[in-house]
Amino acid sequence: MNFRKYLVLAGVTVFAAAGDSMLSHGMKQVGSISVHHLQGVIFAVLNPWVAVGILLLLAFFATYMTALSWADLTYVLPATSLGYVILALVARFVLHEHVSPMRWLGIVLITGGVGFIAGGPSLTEHHPHSLAEARAAVPAAKAPLLAKDARNGAPTGVEL
Amino acid sequence: MKGIYTWSAILAIVFASVVGDVLLARAMRQVGDVGALWRRAGLGVVIRQTLGNPNFLLGVTAMAVAFFSLLFALSWGDVSLVAPAAASLTFIGNAIAARIFLHEKVDRRRWIAASLVAAGVALLAG
Repeated sequence: MNFRKYLVLAGVTVFAAAGDSMLSHGMKQVGSISVHHLQGVIFAVLNPWVAVGILLLLAFFATYMTALSWADLTYVLPATSLGYVILALVARFVLHEHVSPMRWLGIVLITGGVGFIAGGPSLTEHHPHSLAEARAAVPAAKAPLLAKDARNGAPTGVEL
Repeated sequence: MKGIYTWSAILAIVFASVVGDVLLARAMRQVGDVGALWRRAGLGVVIRQTLGNPNFLLGVTAMAVAFFSLLFALSWGDVSLVAPAAASLTFIGNAIAARIFLHEKVDRRRWIAASLVAAGVALLAG
């Protein structure tokens, strides 16, 4: 993990939160879309909030895919949930909305969970064999030679 | 009866998004480090390799199924039940599926984190 990768993870979080809130703000202006008038969806896209929201969600998808290309799913997913925390903090300190104690508890739990993950490795190392299996597999042919070399007093090592 | 419909739709959302996430993660594992590939071969190759990956296409399809299940769930149940239930169950489902299908090392640290985040999301989205 380097600075650039943390930046991508921050992008995942921020783009998801910003995109979702722009979409929801825009859709409230558009009003509810009836099942019988699905063409209403097309007009919804013309709303600038909805359009920007869709662009932000595309950016989210690109950063999410990038993160998945070098980190585990179970490492990246908690990062996406930090978006909920950002939304709650924006609601409290920018929009001055009331945030209930249960929600603060939710914020603490998510932050704690993400902290737990961030302290560990980002990617599971996938070796074709474990070291023990590799050791067991190598000597089949070479073992007699090695044994002979050892008897002759020649120190021989096998590169694993 | 409505409760059964709502919970079936919630389970459909969870199932489809877990399948989608696992397929997308597998696709990106196959594509490899996007940053390195971009520097080596250019953005066009990154986009072509990603969009041409069968797992990616299946994953996006699964995500679309999850989205439409969400629409159904919302037409039967309240947002305050559907959103947190689906989001937090998806977290737990993903931890299990990543261990089984992606062979990720979901150690105790990641289990605790997944449970904490799932509980937190349930509280926040509720």
